[in-house]
Formats: sequence, structure tokens, C-alpha cells
Amino acid sequence: MDLRYSDAEQAFRSSLRAWLDATLPGLPPRPSPDDWPGRRAYDTHWQRLLFDAGYAGVDWPTEGGGRGSSAVEELIFKEELERAHAPYVGVNFVGLLHAGPTIIAEGTPEQRARFLPPILRGEEVWCQGFSEPNAGSDLASMRTRAVRDGDDYVVTGQKIWTSHAEVADHCELLVRTGPEDSRHRGISWLILPVDSPGVDIRPLHTIAGSTEFAELFLDEVRVPVANRVGEENDGWRVTMVTLSFERGTAFVGDLLEAVELLSTTVALARRTGAWADPGVRRQAGHLRAELDALWALTKRNVSQAARTGIPGVGGTYFKLAYSETRHKLGEFSLALLDRAGLAAHDLEGSDGLGVLPAGTMVEDWLRGISLTIAAGTSQIQRNIVGERILGLPKEPQAAAAGRKG
Amino acid sequence: MDFEVTEFQSELAAGIRRLCEGRFPLESIRSREGTDQVIDRGGWKELGDAGVFHLCLAEEAGGVGLGLAEAALVFEELGRSLVPGPLVASHLAAGLVDGADDGTVVVGLVERPVPGAVGTGVLPVVVEHLADLDVLLVLSGEGIERLDPGALAADPLPRPMDPLTPVWSVADLPAGEPLAGADVAAWWRRDGAVLTAALQVGMAQWACDLAVAYAKERVQFGRPIGGFQAVKHLCADMAVRAEVARIAVQAAAVTVDQPDVGDGPVAAAGAKLLADEAAVTNGRSCIQVHGGMGFTWEVPAHLAYKRARVLATTFGTDDVLAEELADSLAPPGPS
Repeated sequence: MDLRYSDAEQAFRSSLRAWLDATLPGLPPRPSPDDWPGRRAYDTHWQRLLFDAGYAGVDWPTEGGGRGSSAVEELIFKEELERAHAPYVGVNFVGLLHAGPTIIAEGTPEQRARFLPPILRGEEVWCQGFSEPNAGSDLASMRTRAVRDGDDYVVTGQKIWTSHAEVADHCELLVRTGPEDSRHRGISWLILPVDSPGVDIRPLHTIAGSTEFAELFLDEVRVPVANRVGEENDGWRVTMVTLSFERGTAFVGDLLEAVELLSTTVALARRTGAWADPGVRRQAGHLRAELDALWALTKRNVSQAARTGIPGVGGTYFKLAYSETRHKLGEFSLALLDRAGLAAHDLEGSDGLGVLPAGTMVEDWLRGISLTIAAGTSQIQRNIVGERILGLPKEPQAAAAGRKG
Repeated sequence: MDFEVTEFQSELAAGIRRLCEGRFPLESIRSREGTDQVIDRGGWKELGDAGVFHLCLAEEAGGVGLGLAEAALVFEELGRSLVPGPLVASHLAAGLVDGADDGTVVVGLVERPVPGAVGTGVLPVVVEHLADLDVLLVLSGEGIERLDPGALAADPLPRPMDPLTPVWSVADLPAGEPLAGADVAAWWRRDGAVLTAALQVGMAQWACDLAVAYAKERVQFGRPIGGFQAVKHLCADMAVRAEVARIAVQAAAVTVDQPDVGDGPVAAAGAKLLADEAAVTNGRSCIQVHGGMGFTWEVPAHLAYKRARVLATTFGTDDVLAEELADSLAPPGPS
């Protein structure tokens, strides 16, 4: 167990830091969260800067045009970007972290040549069409149908939680090509051009007041068969393959953001006088212990991925623990704001010392609620830990559904 | 950076696990329940021969010269087997008290109450394992003193909370022979917190394993209770808690060994805080998963719960640790 960075890793960090120092001051002002065209322009410009500097696809294998960095360098990359307050991956998320790696692993040479370079250069944006209104935790029950018609599939159905759909060029779409009850065995993975006739996008408003994702309605949309990645009815495996690209760094930015929020919260507690209260100090101390442990767990997961190519079970443990910690941190900061937290934006303090960070804190508290839901609810995660790691018997319904499929 | 347990480290831990399974099976540990001497001196000597106490002692001093990281892995195994006795104190004392290093001398430790602190003068000083001790050390802010346990005026407390941690009450802890100064006391607190936390992680894992095994075999409503989410999720939370605490302990140990990567005392406090919580909560959940049987003396679920409570009172209680961590975020008092 060694927590020291090697000379090569430190050199990577220094040159990245120097580049960030030189580049970040020249960025345009950030667009407002609801200005989607502005966000697309901003995020794709940032991606282009990364590309020109050789930092595009730092976690992609070289055969896909990426930097092919080690999992440790990837960790350093994400850590430095967060510490420098560099732009978040933003609208490039699905392309860089999901669709791109899938096409690298499972796409044809033509698909790779067509779709990968525009992702790395920040020219094309992707969204994800996996979940459906009636297929959430039970994703394999999805019903969006694709019927073969000559060189096309004709796709009809509905997707939900489609992040960045309003500004996306392509959608990675899971469709049912097998019989209705074929579950995992009758799903295919398609590339849907979002501007195809028959695609209707309706934004969903979140409890945080933003439009982070949308519903996607598909009415007899024609998708070329050439846009299928992997074999017909093999889309479930294709999707799972991509998950193995995750090397334990998915939450690095998020976690460091939480560390910073804790500092902001402590500063607020000192300003209001709440820091004199041992109960408040102990809550803060406890949160520090949890965040430190989660940072160490991230390093463990990354180290395992660096050795074996895939992260171990630590990712599931991380997500369960992190989402709980984040909830606690949100509640803690909100309690310190007291009634100033009734505003969901920064507001002037009465002490003449400037604004109180209610905007960040309220938004963070609300966004934190999604952590125990998105990418597998905490209840599903606990089933996974119980069944796959601890070897406890399967859920009765899951066992029955598995037999049926 | 490679924060994975090395092959050497996992072999070391596996060796200690085999030793514990062979030398300290649960039924033999339990045969001493409720007695005032729970330490098997032969077994203690074998732990000494295996390096448990002199693992971190420099080679020129007769030790193995390994780091706290290795010791933490070893102590996790000791915790997992519920080995009773002042393991942490005897480990810390190696090199300072003759015979501690090879397990021929059993060394205990007690904290001197801080004048004016909450409880001082009202709550008695409670000493563990007194009848088993050859040497009793007293830890305070000023340093470490040595007392003769045989000469100490102490009243046995007839019903110890943990049947494998016999306890004595001491009305007035005399001054002892000075053995080390404040600097040694400070690193004892830090390393003692890490190693105690490692024992807690071992017990948290033991409790999780025991609960999972029971949940697989206990049938109600026609199926094993582990198939029901209510029970399954209790078990999953136990596994997560143990793992997060384990990582915190290992990171703290490595941070002590590699001071340039972070703040050792802060990492130690965080690790102890999370490990105490994991052991106590998992102990409680383990009883819960066992239902009515968990409330019986016969089922060993209560042993980990009780021992976890004992260890939680040593090398920093949760409130003290949480305040230390808070001080690391900002100095106390108004800004």
C-alpha cells in the first residue's frame, strides 16, 4: 500500500497544472444553467481546448484516439481539473464516458472513424436513451420496439432521464429487437441521430429547478441498420462492456466538490457563531472523516483498476456510502443557513461581510437527493451487494422475472 | 500511487488468521468468559513469536521493522477472531517494556483522568485485565508512567459488561515511574487509535459474516430470511460500513508510515471514528439479524457488540475524535 505518487505521475500533474493555469483565465464567462445552447457552446469549446492540448479522452484507450492514461493519471487529471475549478465535462459526458468507450469496444471500423473523432474534438454531443417510464430499476423490461424494414429499423417507444437531449446530435439508444418477454436477450444498441423525423424531446424539470434531462418520444423513427453497434439482440452485453471502462474515477470531481462544500460550510459556521457549538463541530468532524475515507476508497478502487483493468466491488460500496454522506452534508449546511436557506440563491448577510452561499448550498442539497436514485437506486445497490457480493438469495420477483426471461 | 494491499501484506495477514483460527477458536476463547483472567499465556507467547507485538519495532532493536500498515492488517485479523487482552498496549510497549515484544510480558494501559474534564472525580478509573497484567502503563498528556499492577489498590467489578474484558475500579491512580515523555505519548495515541480501529474493523467484518451466514440458513415464510430485502439491506449496509472503515484504517496507517502524504493524527482520528461506528453498529445489526436468538447469551453476536463498546472507550471516544477532526478544519472558537 503506497499513497505516494511516482516521479512520472508527479510530472504529469505538474504539466497539467501549468496548462490549466495558463488556459483557464482565457475561458469565456460561464453560461447560465438554463441556457442550453450556451452550455453546449461552452462545454464543447472546453473539450476542443483539451483536445488541442492532448488531454482529450485521457481515460480512453489509444486505439480509440484517446490518451490511454493509466487509471492513476486519470485520477490525477480529474483531481487537478476539480481543484483548478476547470469546467465540468458537461454535455460531453455521455459521448466521452459512455457512447465513445462503447463504440471503441464494440463498433465497426466505419463506426469508429465516423463517431469517435467528433467526440474528442468537441464537435458532436451525445445523450443516453436507456431508461423508460416502465423500465427503471428493471431496465431489462424495456419496451421501445425496433422493427426491421429493409436497411432500417423502425423505432417506436419512449425513453426518460435523457440528459442533454436538447443539445445532443446522437443518442445511444437501447431498443427491443427480440420478442416482448426476451428481457436481456432481446435488446440492441443503436445510434440514433436526434434530428431524425419522429423524435420529440420534452424537457423534464427537476426538483432543483433545472432541466437536466428530458423525455424522448419516438414515433416510427427510421434508424439505419448500419447504426447498430454489436449484433442484433446483443445490446445488453454491449452496454455492460462499457461499464468495465469505469476505473473508479467516476465520482472524483463530485467528491472533491463535497470537500470544498464542507470548507464553505465550516466558514459559514464560524461566521454565524455556530462553530462554538460542540454538536456542530462534531458533525463537521464526522463529515471530514467520511470524506477522507471516501477519497481513500477512490484511491483503492483506482489502484485495483490499474492492476486488473477493472475496478472491484469498491464502486458499489463507494456509491452507497458517498450518497449517504452527501445527504448528511446537504442537511448540515442547510441547518446552518437556518432561514437564510429559504432562498435558493445567494443573499446578503446582515453583518456587511458579503453574501451568504445559500445558492450553492440549497442547490447542492437538492441535487444530492438524486445521488441515491440515479445510476441504480441505493435499494438496488443494496440488492447487488447482498446478492452478488454476500451471496444472499435473490429477490423472489427478480428470480421469477429471470425465469420468465 | 498504488493503494492496493501487496501480496506480502495479504500473506502476512493470512498467516495471522491461520494462527488465530488454530490457537484462538471461539469456543476456547469463550471458555474463559466471566473469569478474571482471560488471557491464555501460551497463546499470548505465540502471538509474540508471530511478531504481533514487535512487528513495528526496528530490526536493530530486535523487531521486524515493518510499518503501521502491516500492523493494521495483523490487528484486523486479531479483531476478527475476537482475541481478548491488551493487544494494542502490549504492541505499543514493545521496545519500552522488556518482554512485551515477544509476548512474555503482558502490558496494560489506562488513561489518567484529566483534571477538570467531564466525569473526572465522579467516574472511577476502570482498568481492564488487571489480574493478567505484568505491567500497567498510564497514559497522560505529559507522557507515560509505569505502575506495578500487583501493588495497585483496585476493586474487582464482579460483572463486566464484556464477559471477556474483566475490569477493576481504581479510586485513586497513584503516580508511577516515568517511562516516556509527551512526544511518545502523542504517537502512542495516534498509533493506538489506528490499531484499535483495526481491531474494530475486524470485528465489524466478523459481525457481518456471522449475520450473513445466519441469514442464508434461517428459513421463515418458506425461504431464507436473507432473501428478504429488509434483512438483505441490513447485511449490505454492514458490508459497506466495514469496508469503508477498513479503507480509512489502512489509509491512516499508510499516512503514518508515509508522513508526506497527509496528516497522520487526523487520519488516525477519522479512522478510529468510522471503525468504532462500524463495529458498534454492525454488532447491533448482527444481533438484529439473529432475531430472538441474537438476544441469547449462547449466540456469540453480543460478544462483538460488547467488545466494540469496550474499544470505543479507548484511544479517543467518538466525541473527542470528532472534535479533533473539526479542529483540523478550523481552529476552535469564533472566527
